[in-house]
Amino acid sequence: MNGFTTILKRELRAYFATPVAYVFIVIFLVLAGVATFYMGGFYERGQADLEPFFQFHPWLYMFLIPAISMRLWSEERKAGTLELLLTLPIPLAASVVGKFLAAWIFTAVALAGTLPLWLTVNYLGDPDNTVILAGYLGSLLMAGGFLAIGACISALTRNQVIAFVISFVICFAFNLSGFPMVIDMFSAWAPQAVVDVISSFSFLTHFNAIVKGVIDVRDLVFFASLIAFWLYANVLAIEMNKSN
Amino acid sequence: METLIEVKGLSKSFGALRAVSDISLSVTRGEVLGFLGPNGAGKSTTMKMITGFLAPSAGQVAIAGHDIEQAPLAAKAKLGYVPEGAPAYGEMTPAAFLDFIADVRGLPRATRAARIAEVVAKIHLEKVLHQRIETLSKGFKRRVGLAQAILHDPEILVMDEPTDGLDPNQKHEVRTLIKEMAPHKAIVISTHILEEVDAVCTRAIIINQGRIIFSGTPLELAERSRYHNAVTVIVPVAARERALALLAPLLAGHAVEQQDVGGDCRLTLLGGEAPLSVERLQGALRDGGCELRGVFVEHGHLDEVFRTLTREASASGEVHRT
Repeated sequence: MNGFTTILKRELRAYFATPVAYVFIVIFLVLAGVATFYMGGFYERGQADLEPFFQFHPWLYMFLIPAISMRLWSEERKAGTLELLLTLPIPLAASVVGKFLAAWIFTAVALAGTLPLWLTVNYLGDPDNTVILAGYLGSLLMAGGFLAIGACISALTRNQVIAFVISFVICFAFNLSGFPMVIDMFSAWAPQAVVDVISSFSFLTHFNAIVKGVIDVRDLVFFASLIAFWLYANVLAIEMNKSN
Repeated sequence: METLIEVKGLSKSFGALRAVSDISLSVTRGEVLGFLGPNGAGKSTTMKMITGFLAPSAGQVAIAGHDIEQAPLAAKAKLGYVPEGAPAYGEMTPAAFLDFIADVRGLPRATRAARIAEVVAKIHLEKVLHQRIETLSKGFKRRVGLAQAILHDPEILVMDEPTDGLDPNQKHEVRTLIKEMAPHKAIVISTHILEEVDAVCTRAIIINQGRIIFSGTPLELAERSRYHNAVTVIVPVAARERALALLAPLLAGHAVEQQDVGGDCRLTLLGGEAPLSVERLQGALRDGGCELRGVFVEHGHLDEVFRTLTREASASGEVHRT
């Protein structure tokens, strides 16, 4: 997969060639900090753990991840480089996975910026570091899920604003799919089995399970298959929508 | 000569719109094929299918023997392509961009830097090598697109309007470059600049409404012109009547078109049963004491042929539809 690493490298460089990366990382860190200390009551709780930090991640990612993913394919379409990319001898799947992975690595870098928090909690108390590690793993997996959704939506339009808004709405729905606002839309008419499936798509449920330190294979499989599904849809979205 | 591009029965529909219908062509090594046609005729769509960006609705494309749909990677490896507008990643510098392309094309590490330097020198990119592409002028952007396409020294080069938006000097440079490369490659360029066909192409194809309506050498195209072999005589306006009287005995069914430019009257003698002899025309005027300011043989107005062909085709197309 020579093309895959080439795309990955180019995309990663592209993040840091523009202010996008720095703006994103700073905003993410500030918001994560504000959420942890003010809304999460990090000090007031008097507990040595990072739960107040992780519990806001689904809501931060819901709008910050679409901000990263919106440019992945829309920009290629708008600038005409999609035509260049697809006529180079690189399999489409390699480009799709390469772009996705570059974005994922980038969010991992942003997430790594919160490590001082981990050091702080270790300085202040005696936390269960395996739970914290699980929290980071869960957070990263969830970011991957949101990114895969956003990348696929970005492949459907040349307009980044549209890509952002639609990705945001879908990410929001995935966050809330275990909640009454989504469930009620289906429970009135859909069979219980369907409702159960929909509520099982909730990012929050799977994420909260991992953050508590319970790493269940089913939660890992959930995120892995979700990412695979959306990346596959991403390939199809490009294949079927090239001339647009 | 070895055929490098073979296109058979290529068609493309977008919904109900038939953009390209049943186009077949082949290009051998050493040929430069000019793709002509009005805007929206299907030139770009055809090129997008040849280069594997769009999948054809029907028909096949073989690039150096590799089917573009069955073996896309092998076919694309043989190909250099400058899409319309020469798109490139704006946030990269030409140096980084060419390095990326070299990576994609699998240029060996040992010779990569030398090859990039060679192409950069050939296309004159030295000055802007470390500026972001989005800040470059149109001419430089176009050159970056060109450099990208020839970096791996492909056997087949496809360029969609490579000189569009360039100034005359830049156009000349690009044409010189194409001519230099021509003997070793099969090249397809699309253009709506007719002089370009004359300047660089060995063969021209005119497309209208998705169909080929002409295929031949630029000379054959010119021969279709009413003005092919016409002779234009320039005399002072005051001597018009006299010149016409002196020339009349030499004409055999020729039409005379008159055009006044400043103090000059241009008399263009066209059509007729046999080509006129310039010497005899000059002789007749000289013997009659008429001042002669110039005389030349036209080889044909390509734009006139182009207009006639594309209009005729459009008109007959409309007849078919009703």
